[in-house]
Amino acid sequence: MTTEPELKTLLGWYGQMWTIRYFEDNAIASFRQGLFTGSTHPCIGQEAIAVGAAAALEPADQVLATYRGHGHAIAKGLEPRSLMAELLCKETGCCGGRGGSMHLCGVDKGFMGTNAIVAAHIPIAAGVALANQLKRNGRVVVVFFGDGATCEGAFFETLNMAVLWKIPLVLVCENNGFAISVPTRTAIPIENISQRADGFGLPGVTVDGNDPALVHGAVAEAVARARRGEGPTLIECKTVRWERHSAISAGKYANEEEAMKWKKADPIPRLEKVLLARGATEAQLQALREKAKAVNDEALAFAIASESPKPATVGDFVYA
Amino acid sequence: MAEAINEAIRHEMRRNKDIVLLGQDIGAYGGSFGVYKGLYDEFGPDRVRDGPLCEASTAGWGVGLAISGMPTIVEIEFLDFLTLASDAICNQAAKMRYFFGGQVSVPLILRAPIVNRLGLGAQHSQSLEAWMMHTPGLHVIVPSNAADAKGLLIAAIRDGNPTVFIEHVRLYAAKMPVEEEDHPIPLGKLRVAREGTDATIATYSGMVKPSLEAAAKLAAEGIECEVLDLRTLAPLDREGICASVRKTGRLIVAHEAVKTAGAGAEIAQSAMEGAFDYLQAPIQRVAARDLPIPTGKLQDSVFPGAADVEAAVRTAMA
Ligand SMILES: Cc1ncc(C[n+]2csc(CCOP(=O)(O)OP(=O)(O)O)c2C)c(N)n1
Ligand SMILES: [Mg+2]
Repeated sequence: MTTEPELKTLLGWYGQMWTIRYFEDNAIASFRQGLFTGSTHPCIGQEAIAVGAAAALEPADQVLATYRGHGHAIAKGLEPRSLMAELLCKETGCCGGRGGSMHLCGVDKGFMGTNAIVAAHIPIAAGVALANQLKRNGRVVVVFFGDGATCEGAFFETLNMAVLWKIPLVLVCENNGFAISVPTRTAIPIENISQRADGFGLPGVTVDGNDPALVHGAVAEAVARARRGEGPTLIECKTVRWERHSAISAGKYANEEEAMKWKKADPIPRLEKVLLARGATEAQLQALREKAKAVNDEALAFAIASESPKPATVGDFVYA
Repeated sequence: MAEAINEAIRHEMRRNKDIVLLGQDIGAYGGSFGVYKGLYDEFGPDRVRDGPLCEASTAGWGVGLAISGMPTIVEIEFLDFLTLASDAICNQAAKMRYFFGGQVSVPLILRAPIVNRLGLGAQHSQSLEAWMMHTPGLHVIVPSNAADAKGLLIAAIRDGNPTVFIEHVRLYAAKMPVEEEDHPIPLGKLRVAREGTDATIATYSGMVKPSLEAAAKLAAEGIECEVLDLRTLAPLDREGICASVRKTGRLIVAHEAVKTAGAGAEIAQSAMEGAFDYLQAPIQRVAARDLPIPTGKLQDSVFPGAADVEAAVRTAMA
């Protein structure tokens, strides 16, 4: 089914995954330093999904994601500096400092936004996909959401309508084992969330979400299917959330043993092993890491140096 | 009014090929109240999307279409069912342009009728306009007659903002001459339905007619009421209300929604802020009682009518 990605491609993914990882490190650190309020929901440990999936898309294809969506925004081509400035609520942020960590958007890059209401963006993504179908523009929409979101009505309702109308939509569930504190296994009484597809009449697959090549393969196939007009696909990516739910979340729900297991699942060293085995050099990898770090350090400096929006502009953008 | 709304939708769909309709029973069936008659035949299944039963997600799909540049009209069969779609309306449509810094617009209209006094009981009789007024980012439109419905709907579609367009089942069958031509009515401008000098009755939707009846009766006794048909609650024509109160010195607010925290409270407060010095009597509110709406004869004890408006004017005049 999937051809092995070229070494060059994998190196690109490796660099992107580090870009996301460093972005999230900076986000958490900035929050702790009080550079912004609210909270922030890191996708550390889940980078392979955003990167592998986005690589299967054309620039004009569209993505919607959740509050845990910094990685998806970066993978879809948004600049870390405009994202970090948005987290810090600065006027140079991608949403002019109105959205913050949970409301990111970059329409010109096909990034149709992140959402802070669990599962609410799934029907919205379907509407965007329906618009593509009606305009016959060939674009596909990928919507990312968590395991918890698959318990919401919006998910089920949208599956039904999306299959009915053969919408060009790819539904990517990031099953990271938790909805805040609730373990997936205590909320969802089936082995794989992809089985939900069975009753709705669409293909459902489960892949190891910590392997970007596997995610890429599954999403590429689903995207091709959607472009052929055959409708939606549900892809479950099993992954691990090893940070807390968000920067302000209380609670420990992992014992040491489990934490070790999580770290072992870290997609970045896994990819590193593959890269070295395929002939990449440590120097190459180090250069990519350093570049990712430099980009993010510059992004943070830019965000800190940027101005806050003027109070007089607080009423802008409400009505068209 | 049903025909006028049909004409408005047809007119705009001919004019703008991107407009899409979404909802249940809107296809060949023509809509629960006949509003969609002939639209499916003219525009076909792509643009007139007769969908499965799911208000919440249908409204969400509408948001997605709207932010993709396709103005969308979503059908909510009874205003009561708007509660199911409230996330898509209040958390998504109303806020998306704002929190994305103006990167998207949300040209989404949710059409929903008030269906009351038919004995359908507590879940099919509500007027929920105040819920929607309480959400910045939305427009709330409440026409009281066919001509206004047509002009306001055309204006709302072109305006390009998320709008809850509240119709009224009792008004669907009401006939009146309606402009054939393109005749949008500006949002946020009330209509003086009857001029008067002694008291202002500010009302909208299903209470305009009873208010006019009360005004006619009082006029026979020499009490001249000015009846304001507000047309839109968001934006609210506060200045128009105050201008009338400055002239008459008295204000009566009338609606079919329950009283507490209803639109009437906001309307009354507008006069307090903008015309307090002119008020000669406490503002009166005519509204449904703060109860779930019962079925059968009991409902008559809940909803206000022309007699209640008349009594409120007399209280203000006393
Ligand atoms: C409708 C709604 N209910 C509850 C919440 C609070 N909440 C935020 S994230 C979350 C957990 C969602 O879990 P999941 O879908 O697995 O995504 P994850 O956070 O694991 O990425 C909850 C309950 C919310 N934002 N929206
Ligand atoms: Mg989860």
